[in-house]
Amino acid sequence: MTDVDPRIDSPGREGLTGTARSSVYEPVAVGERISIPPDGRPESAQPAWRGDFPIDWPADHYVARRDFTRFLVLTSLAFTVGQWWIAFQQWWRERRGRPPLKRIAALSDLTPGAVLVFSYPGENDPCFLVRQRDGGLLAYGQKCTHLSCAVIPDPEQGLIRCPCHEGLFDLGSGRPLAGPPPRPLPRVVLEVRGGEVYATGIEERTV
Amino acid sequence: MKPASLQFFIDPSRCIGCQSCVQACTECDTHRGDSMIHVEYVNRALSTQTVPVICMHCDQPTCAEVCPADAIKRTADGVVQSARKPRCIACGNCVMACPFGVPELKLERQIMMKCDMCYDRTSVGKKPMCATVCPSQALFYGTREQIDLLRPREVPTNRFQFGKQTITTGVWVMVPRDGTRPELLDVTAAMDEEPAVRAPARSARIPGLEVLTDPFAEIEI
Repeated sequence: MTDVDPRIDSPGREGLTGTARSSVYEPVAVGERISIPPDGRPESAQPAWRGDFPIDWPADHYVARRDFTRFLVLTSLAFTVGQWWIAFQQWWRERRGRPPLKRIAALSDLTPGAVLVFSYPGENDPCFLVRQRDGGLLAYGQKCTHLSCAVIPDPEQGLIRCPCHEGLFDLGSGRPLAGPPPRPLPRVVLEVRGGEVYATGIEERTV
Repeated sequence: MKPASLQFFIDPSRCIGCQSCVQACTECDTHRGDSMIHVEYVNRALSTQTVPVICMHCDQPTCAEVCPADAIKRTADGVVQSARKPRCIACGNCVMACPFGVPELKLERQIMMKCDMCYDRTSVGKKPMCATVCPSQALFYGTREQIDLLRPREVPTNRFQFGKQTITTGVWVMVPRDGTRPELLDVTAAMDEEPAVRAPARSARIPGLEVLTDPFAEIEI
């Protein structure tokens, strides 16, 4: 695509070709069907889709009261069903309860700056664990909250990078810093018992 | 709204290929820089005859029939409008489907643009720009009475046959008034006809030059 000409492709000129003022082509309200279908048969003998995609401008602009009402009712219904679906998902999550305890590694195996990839709570939920320089432990889900690419931790700079769309997260909190990711990474709750590192829960966050 | 009494008449035999219509169309403020009319050669190898190509505004617009994006619409006064910018996807179906070869794709702007009979002018009663500048009046915009008075040896027709497709157009084409005028112009049949080469016919009239068919051929001594 070449650069658009600001003289002609400017707001208020999005009429027919993008160059004319849209007010030039105000639809003419008078007159109904004037175009003839290719087979020449009357309108009643035509397939139903012809009524949905008329060639005549007035018919194309006409919105029947019944169509508008149908649109309103169906859209409201879709929103209502969506709300119930969200409520059901919430109920299902709460019913499932906390994920089980899982041993990840021995604390002595994790040298400062080490990164370990594991899966928690299921087999298909990849997570990563970072042992910081000061000895602190951090673990997050590895799926980027944008499009589920595998994120790559960078302990040296205190960042988590997503290679797909240049998403950036803060290593300390898991919150997005730059790029398209909308939410923080899910945080894995860790516990150290007797020199062993255990994952005890996963914390989904919205902000 | 375009007055129904005012109609467009094309007389291709009067076209001198001066491109005035193209220049006038290009200067129009509604689509500055892009011409919606084009001048084509009928048969470049045999003749310098040109023909101005404007939208014929069919009663059964094939371009609109094939448009998958529902972008080409026809206003109630019978004018087939150019592609609507919010809908056109620049697929080029209309370019291939139009039997008259009218639509052209503007790929750099991702839109099809075609002649809309200067809808901003004709809807307020003015003439289309090309008709006002055409020096030989190959493009004429006016009433049927005016064209009958101006072209006593020609008669307008608006029915065309393309293969199995019969098209009635809103724009009229002038054909000779010779009494044998058929009901419609069969374009497909006319394309199959062998074009009459003018050079042998003219040389045959000069005594002694009957054998010379090509006046510009190299003559062996």
